[in-house]
Parts: sequence; structure tokens; C-alpha cells
Amino acid sequence: MDAIAHGAHVDHNGHAHPHGWRRYLYSTNHKDIGTMYLVFAMIAGVIGGIASMLIRGELMFPGLQIFHETHYYDVTVTEHGLIMIFFVLMPSMIGGFGNWMIPLMIGSPDMAFPRMNNISFWLLPASFALMMCSLFFVGEPGSYGAGTGWTLYAPLSTSGHPGPAMDFVILSIHLAGASSILGAINFITTIFNMRAPGMTMHRMPLFVWAELVTVFLLLLSLPVLAGAITMLLTDRNFGTTFFDPQGGGDPLLFQHLFWFFGHPEVYILILPGFGIISQIVATFSKKPVFGYLGMAYAMVAIGGIGFVVWAHHMYNVGMSASVQAYFIAATMVIAVPTGVKIFSWIATMWGGAVEFKTPMLWAVGFIFLFVIGGVTGVVLANAGVDRELHGTYYVVAHFHYVMAIAAIFAIFGGWYYWFPKITGYMYNETIGKLHFWLTFIGVNIAFFPQHFLGMAGMPRRIADYPDAFAGWNLISSIGAYIAGFAALVFFYGLAQAFLRKEPAAANPWGAGATTLEWTMPSPPPFHTYDTLPLVR
Amino acid sequence: MKAFSRLTAMAAGAAALLTSAGASLAGLGQPSDWQMGLQDSVTPVMDDITSFNTFLFAITTAIAVFVLVLLAIIILRFNARVHPVPSRTTHNTPLEILWTIIPVIILAVIAVPSFRLLFIQLDVPKPDLTIKATGKQWLWSYSYPDNGNFEFDSTVVADKDLKPGQPRLLTVDNEVVVPVNKVVHVLVTGADVIHSFTVPSFGIRIDAIPGRVNDTWFKATREGTYYGQCSELCGVDHSFMPIVVRVVSEAEFNTWVGQAKQKYAAEAPAQPTAIAAASAPSR
Repeated sequence: MDAIAHGAHVDHNGHAHPHGWRRYLYSTNHKDIGTMYLVFAMIAGVIGGIASMLIRGELMFPGLQIFHETHYYDVTVTEHGLIMIFFVLMPSMIGGFGNWMIPLMIGSPDMAFPRMNNISFWLLPASFALMMCSLFFVGEPGSYGAGTGWTLYAPLSTSGHPGPAMDFVILSIHLAGASSILGAINFITTIFNMRAPGMTMHRMPLFVWAELVTVFLLLLSLPVLAGAITMLLTDRNFGTTFFDPQGGGDPLLFQHLFWFFGHPEVYILILPGFGIISQIVATFSKKPVFGYLGMAYAMVAIGGIGFVVWAHHMYNVGMSASVQAYFIAATMVIAVPTGVKIFSWIATMWGGAVEFKTPMLWAVGFIFLFVIGGVTGVVLANAGVDRELHGTYYVVAHFHYVMAIAAIFAIFGGWYYWFPKITGYMYNETIGKLHFWLTFIGVNIAFFPQHFLGMAGMPRRIADYPDAFAGWNLISSIGAYIAGFAALVFFYGLAQAFLRKEPAAANPWGAGATTLEWTMPSPPPFHTYDTLPLVR
Repeated sequence: MKAFSRLTAMAAGAAALLTSAGASLAGLGQPSDWQMGLQDSVTPVMDDITSFNTFLFAITTAIAVFVLVLLAIIILRFNARVHPVPSRTTHNTPLEILWTIIPVIILAVIAVPSFRLLFIQLDVPKPDLTIKATGKQWLWSYSYPDNGNFEFDSTVVADKDLKPGQPRLLTVDNEVVVPVNKVVHVLVTGADVIHSFTVPSFGIRIDAIPGRVNDTWFKATREGTYYGQCSELCGVDHSFMPIVVRVVSEAEFNTWVGQAKQKYAAEAPAQPTAIAAASAPSR
């Protein structure tokens, strides 16, 4: 920042930023934008969560209870997936915590492109609006909304959904993708160019490393998704036949393009979580993370290898044996750097003076439950056994363990960890711990029995099931309701903290919190690092 | 280490107990109440899948238990109350090498049976019978090119039309009939959107994709009726297009073929199969 702009800032006193609605609509402030992302993610999370309650409500008993027209079940499943991925996990971990903490952690006054940061956020409500619009237009003949699953496979998403609902979904995803691509440009430039003096790459907090790898994955994978869904759009509306065999096309082309994005996407969904967990574990063990370089480069390896394993989502489409064999091998390789991370977190806690405050509960829960989700992933990586488990509830169990459990645990861990910094208030530790335990119990009861359902042969995305599957489905639904109730406890705790207004110190966590954000007041001023910190 | 191998043996035993407990509860060819493991196997491929799965279950359980034990030790031995002074250890190169090399070895150990199973599944032996399955919205059409190419639709039986003992959502009007102990080559394609053909007891699953002829094979070693369900979201009635294969003696199969030729020649299929693709399996 040049001296003139710096001088102009100092003169503004209390009028350093706009107020009212302009403060948020025209924001160029990473803290405000981060807050908007977090609020947006919470609202979307409630909507996506209601969808999951409806799904589990339908599946609680055999027969059709809620979705007598089964198309709407498929629409609910589709919306649940798209909302949770694009409007909850990504905005909270990347837009929310990333925007808030990256500049604070690297000693930068703001992002490299503060105004582009704003449009990255505001593209999301627009995207979400288009997604909701899709529900009011015809999808499959005679019903409304897109019921294709979040994977949008052709031809179900082309000739199978002649109405405009699918087009709204495509345009919605275009906007969400643009939001993330612009955000990626911003984060990469900021992290590479705006670190404070002394903050070398190898001194950055692991959370920043995690976000850096994540946004590179976004930058490189989202354009492929954009291409794939644009091809859906032209097949649907402009006479192309990319995915139509009668015009020389192939439905499998869509799957390759989609999963070339789709697999890096799942690492996009977990890598920031890895970063959050590293920060929390180090803080509450009062020890630096074990094996910093191994941790950083394990994430780089996971991100890199994540680009060459996509077809393990396609083992049953009819690919040759040698191609399947390659993908088995490449997929299993990722288990190695992932194992390095798990063991490094454990080694960080080993010999520490561990305080099990709420953020740490989420982190320890993450470590164990991510291992469970991860090992079922190793099972599915083997095409021979995936032959039996693909398209069943075993897969649903796997990805909910790593996403709905592990990633959500990382988000809540980060939330409780950084809540005092962001708001300036302490949360209530008892309510926080209650939220954790209810969630832990609920999600495990909800998803562990789904492994059994999958092994027994229950397919995915079905609204009604053969009677033999009733037992575990009932248990799973009960668990889901417990987790749903836990979400209410979360909001209660949130309200209680804002009403109680117990002030938080700059560093409520003690000697273990060594990153730069804890040197700032809680909450930090609108502008931080007007003078750059010197990092020794 | 003796303790470790005993632990693995116990885990494998527990795994076998769980899966066999599940299997003993399983009705043959269909899921049973509270089932926790894979359906009972009636083909050599499914035998192989089942044993490989048990092997994987032992390894994955061991890993999860190992991590749980480490976390329990941390919670009990290294909490701030009993261990108030944290160490400063951030590196231990021998440990880091170990926890890189050992997972690599475990993965290599998994890869050997994994590839063997893969090639058993995908190398189709010389078939005794070829049948063709076409996934449509929302039923399966089957044809028997070896036996005069008669074709018939297989549609789910509605709840109200079920006879006692027929499983809900799994029963169809016209079943696929094949002879026992014969290699059956199944050609699979899709007529409209992607479907997926599976019979869990046989250990087979292959997508039914428009414009493409995929294939799989099985050799059923026990007579009986075996059920599967469409396994790729295909529209509103995706939940309602099951697959039923009845395995019978060779003599009974020949009798059935004779009857089928007459029955299905008389009734043209409800939706004629229209495929715009080559007839040879695509790779």
C-alpha cells in the first residue's frame, strides 16, 4: 500500500468504512466478506439439513410416506447434495474461514483483490436463487425440479429432464463455479505475494497451506466442470449431441469430465478441514504440529494425486481391466500421505498437555471418524469389491463419514476455535460440549448402519426399499433426528453467546495459540496490519 | 510380533463371525432383516469377493482400532491435568519413515488379491449361454439370442398384486431363467438413460448405458431365485425395476426355453428395444 493511501486511511477516524447495507453489498473487507460467507453457509445448511430430514423421514419405514410422487424424492436428494457441497461446505471453509483467517495469519491487511472478493461472495446468493428457481420449473415430464442426483449424469439430465429445471441448475452451478474460481485467483495471489516480512512459505500456518492447495484444485478442476455442464446445456438447448449416442456422442464422456472435477472436489471439501484440525490440535496440545514439512507436502501430494484418480467413481461403466487396475493403484497411493497426516496429528498430541475444550473435542472426533471414512474409501478403491458396493448405501456411508461427519466436525471445530476472535464473545463451553456430544452420537447412529445396508445390497437414491432393509433404516433415521436436534443446540448456543456478550481476550487459548490472528484484538479492528508485523 | 498377529487373527475371526452371522440370517439371494454383511454367494466370483472383503475388513478394523487406542492413550495419559508440561518434540525421522513405509506395505498386500479378483471378474470365460439385458425406464427387457432371440419385459409386481412369500419391490412378472453350473455371458445396454444391472448373490454389477454394450458373466452353482435392483438413478421409478434370475437344472431350463419361445413370440414386448449401437461388447 503506498504512503498516500495509508495517510488517507488514518485520517478517516470512525468513518473508515461504509455503514448500513452498503457496508455489505459493496464490501471490500475480508472480515465482513468472511462473515457473510459464514452466515450464508449457516442458512444454506439449515435448508440442506431440512432436505436430509425429509429424506430420512421417507426412509424411516418401508413404503412411501412423504414422497408419494417419487420424482420429488430424487429432487430432494439432488438438492441436499448440491446445497451441502456448494453452499455449505465450500463457502464456510474457503470463503468463510479462509477469508477471515488467511490475511490475519500471514500478516496481510486484506486480500490481493478486495473488490473481486466481494463478487465471489455475492455470486453465491445469486447461484442459490437460481437453484431454488429450478424447483418451480418442470424437470422430468409431469413434475418439477431436477432429480438427477448431484452428479447430473446424462442422459437423465439431458433427454431425461426435458423441462427447464435442469437448465436452472446448470446456470446455478456456473455461478457457483465462477465464484470459486475468482476466489481461487484471489487466495493464490494473496498467499504468494502478500505475506508479511519474515513469513516465508515454510513458516505459514498449516491452515494457509491447506487453503493454498485447495484453491489450486479449484482453479484447475472447476473449468472442466464448467465445460461439462455447458455441454449439457448445449445438448439440451442447442442441438449438440456430446452425450447422445444417436448423434455420435457418449454418455461416458460426461462422466469422465464430471469426475475429473468431481474427485479433486472431494479433496477441496476436506483439505481446509485438515488445515483447521492442524491449528486446533497444536493449540490445545500446547505443542507445534509434528512434522510441519511432512504435513504441508502431504497436502500437496493429496491434491496432486487427486487429479489422476477420477475413474474410481466409474468402475462399473465398462472400462477395461487394465484401466481399472491403474485407477485402483493410483487411488490407494493417496492413503499414504493421508496416513502421514493422521499419525502426525496423533504425534502432535503425544507428549502434549492436552486441554479438551470444545474445539479440541471436534478435532479428536475428526481424527477418529475420518479414519473410519477413509478406510471404507480404501475398500471402495478396490474395483473388485466396488463391483458389489458401488451404487449402494456403503458408498453413502463412506462419503457421509468423510463429509457430513469429518468435514462438518472440522467446520464446527474451527467455528468454536475462532468464534471468540471473529465476534469478540466467548461461547458457552457447556452448550458447546453438549452440541458436540449430541452431534457425535447422532451422526454415528445415522451413518454407521448404512455400511450394513450397503453390504446387504440396498441401492442408493431409492425412495422405497425391500422390507428387509427396514431395521437399519429406522436406526439411521433416528440418528439423523438426533443430529438434527443437535443443530438446534448449535443455534441456541450461538444466540446465547450473542446475548450473554462475555468478552473474549485477544488470545483465549493460551500459549498453544501461536499464529498471528491471536495477536490481534477480539474482534479485530475493521482494518488490521496497517503496519505490517515483523515475523521472526 | 506375536501379539499383533494374534490381534489380527482375532479381528479376522470377529469379521468372519460378523459376516457369517449376517449370512446365516440372509435369505438366499435376497437381503434379510438386520443383515450386516454381504449376501450369500452362489458363484465363484462372489466367493472371491466375499473372502477379499473379509480380508479388507480385518485390515480396516485393525487400523481403526489402532488409531482409537492411540487416541485413548492420549486422552488418558497426556491430558493437561496429569501431564501439565508439554514436550517440544516436533520430529522423529525413523518414526516418520516407518509410518510411510508400513502403509505402503499394507497397500501392496491389499493390491495382490485385489488385482487377482479384478481379472477374474473381467476375463470372460467361454460362455455356455449368452443373454442380453436392456435397461429401460422402468423395467428390464431380456433376450436370448442363443435360443431364437425371443425377448420379454420383466416388470416389478405392484404391492397389491403380490402373492404370499413374494418379496415386496423385488418380485417381477417374468424372471430371467438360466441353467445351473453354466457360464452365462450377460450383455447389457440401456435404451434411454443409464441403468445398472446387478445381482448381489452373483457378485456382478455392470452399467446399462445407451449406445454401449457392456458385458459381465456369472456361473451360478446353486439353484434358486436371486434378486437385484437397478443401481443407477434413472428417473422416477428407479426404486421399482428389480432384476430376478431363477437358476434351474439344465433340463428344466430347456423346458422353459421351449415354453418361452411360444409365450414371448405371441406377446410382443411393451416397449420395443431400440438401440443405435454395435452389437459387440465395447471396451
